[in-house]
Amino acid sequence: MKKEKLLEVKGLKKYFPVMAGVFRHKIADIKAVDGVSFDIKEGETLGLVGESGCGKTTIARCITLLYMPTEGEIIYRGKDITKMKGKELKKFRREVSMIFQDPYLSLNPRLPIGEIVGEPLEIHGIAKGKEKDKIVMSLLREVGLEEYHIYRYPFAFSGGQKQRIAIARALALTPKLIIADEPVSGLDVSIRASILNLLKELQRKHNLTMLFISHDLSVVKYMSERIAVMYLGKIVEIAESNKLFEKSVHPYTQALISAIPEPDPTIRKKEFIILKGEVPSPLNPPSGCRFHPRCPLAMPICSKEEPKLKEVENEHLVACHLAS
Amino acid sequence: MRWTEDLRKEPLLEIRHLKTYFYSDEGVVRAVDDVSLNIGRGEVLGVVGESGCGKSTLALSILRLIRPPGKIVGGEIIFDGNDLLKLSEEEMRKIRGAKISMVFQDPTSCLNPVFTVGSQIEEAVILHQKLKGKERLAKVIEMLRKVRIPSPEERYKNYPHQFSGGMRQRVMLAIALSCNPDLLIADEPTTNLDVTIQAQVLSLMKDLQREFKSSILLVTHNMGVIAKMSDRVAVMYAGKIVEVADVIPIFEKPYHPYTEALLRSIPKISKIIERLESIPGVVPSLVNPPPGCRFHPRCRYAKEICKREEPPLIEIEPGHLVACHLHK
Repeated sequence: MKKEKLLEVKGLKKYFPVMAGVFRHKIADIKAVDGVSFDIKEGETLGLVGESGCGKTTIARCITLLYMPTEGEIIYRGKDITKMKGKELKKFRREVSMIFQDPYLSLNPRLPIGEIVGEPLEIHGIAKGKEKDKIVMSLLREVGLEEYHIYRYPFAFSGGQKQRIAIARALALTPKLIIADEPVSGLDVSIRASILNLLKELQRKHNLTMLFISHDLSVVKYMSERIAVMYLGKIVEIAESNKLFEKSVHPYTQALISAIPEPDPTIRKKEFIILKGEVPSPLNPPSGCRFHPRCPLAMPICSKEEPKLKEVENEHLVACHLAS
Repeated sequence: MRWTEDLRKEPLLEIRHLKTYFYSDEGVVRAVDDVSLNIGRGEVLGVVGESGCGKSTLALSILRLIRPPGKIVGGEIIFDGNDLLKLSEEEMRKIRGAKISMVFQDPTSCLNPVFTVGSQIEEAVILHQKLKGKERLAKVIEMLRKVRIPSPEERYKNYPHQFSGGMRQRVMLAIALSCNPDLLIADEPTTNLDVTIQAQVLSLMKDLQREFKSSILLVTHNMGVIAKMSDRVAVMYAGKIVEVADVIPIFEKPYHPYTEALLRSIPKISKIIERLESIPGVVPSLVNPPPGCRFHPRCRYAKEICKREEPPLIEIEPGHLVACHLHK
């Protein structure tokens, strides 16, 4: 059975202007996301992985319309969300929610948990007062917290518990799509596993669709059915999770996988693929393939022509001249 | 096994019953509470644990860099036959940077933004070596070349802001290694770096360690980095060392339930894992740690005795030390 596409991103671009001079005129653009296309099918988790500054978070913020895309379409259930207005937009916002990286910053320290988790219910006119508290309590139970926690303030909770509260808030409106932006990066290893498991369970139970963003490939692998690898504002490879690890095609994906120190000392002789240099600035990305200055397999064509994202096998897309 | 044998003969550094406490408003934080540990010559010892377990405090205690309200309240740190805790501040300064040096987690805040990178490496050389003029500059450039900074003859004139995060950490390594120390303490040296840059820095550290024959005390929370780098591993939990062994047995046959649980809670790329195991509860407060074994409230094997009596760290196999009532 072929699952239906819940969200389709087509040619998404987001540029941030760089201003300078007395009159703050625009001198350049930071091309944070520069022509990205992918889709997420209903009930699936798509992992989005890449190093810092590659544009992962910008994509997340475009999908939730926290940023207005510079160009491109984001199609949710057949409709372009960038053109939505009024009631339609409000309905979309109900169906999509986001979990942020830092629960210390994403929870208002002056509000009790009941208000934090219940706020979306009030905004969307779903429940108020006692009824709202009841829903909040059941949400808290669902994420592994206690009912009486609704009267407490965020400072009374540990990092892992705070992230649970953020998850409860994200679930309050029974969303269809969850955007999780590095939800476990700020947590300790022993806490991380329980949050990942919770997200997996909730996803199964509510048949949620998820975009799971992380810089950690092993976490993304654990969570996702398919993985998209980003480099400097572009997607370089998308494949089914296991396939990506067994048969990655793009040299960047290969280097990224090999760079992860695996917690197994018996395979430590396996040498890293050491990339030259660092990620270039998105202000002035390299010509042609953006990875070519660091690519161990670069050919003359790579600096001239930009490779397109093409299907090399069923459901396996690669943007590399070597693959074509 | 090789390391344990060497160690018996002649450890480079011997920590005995070290206690470092912080006297905070909320009470005494026992960050390092009776820790004993040896580091052999040329050995890479990994210290692993979660945040707040005392691993950084342990590292700083060796160099006596604990500031009030923290204080080293007991124990011995024997280095080259001398107890570092008994040395005068002057004598200690001769050891810091020359015989024992350190690399920190955040290279940006460790480098002075108003001095050039070259002058900051030079400072370490001036303090501990008798090189002058051109020789000194040559040494600085040589160090930059050793840490693989491209065109060091030019780059030594640059300021830290002109370097990227990975390059700054390499400059820190150049400073730390400029006086050819016997022991390098690296406290989460790659935690702030991206994976591909982390791979660069780790392989550089490994090569430099072979070249300089220094011992390394590598403090990190990342089990992958530990597996890649260390010869021997010490696992810390709530201010105590719970297990010490060579790197392969620690990963293949962990005895302590905490080590076991920690290893099972991390996702791997070489295996498909359906469900990770999580450790219930949270890391306890060090002001008021649980009685008995500090891990017992989160331990799935906890028995009655674990709540009452603190398990001693004992050798259950040659070179494999565990502090757990299950293994005696």
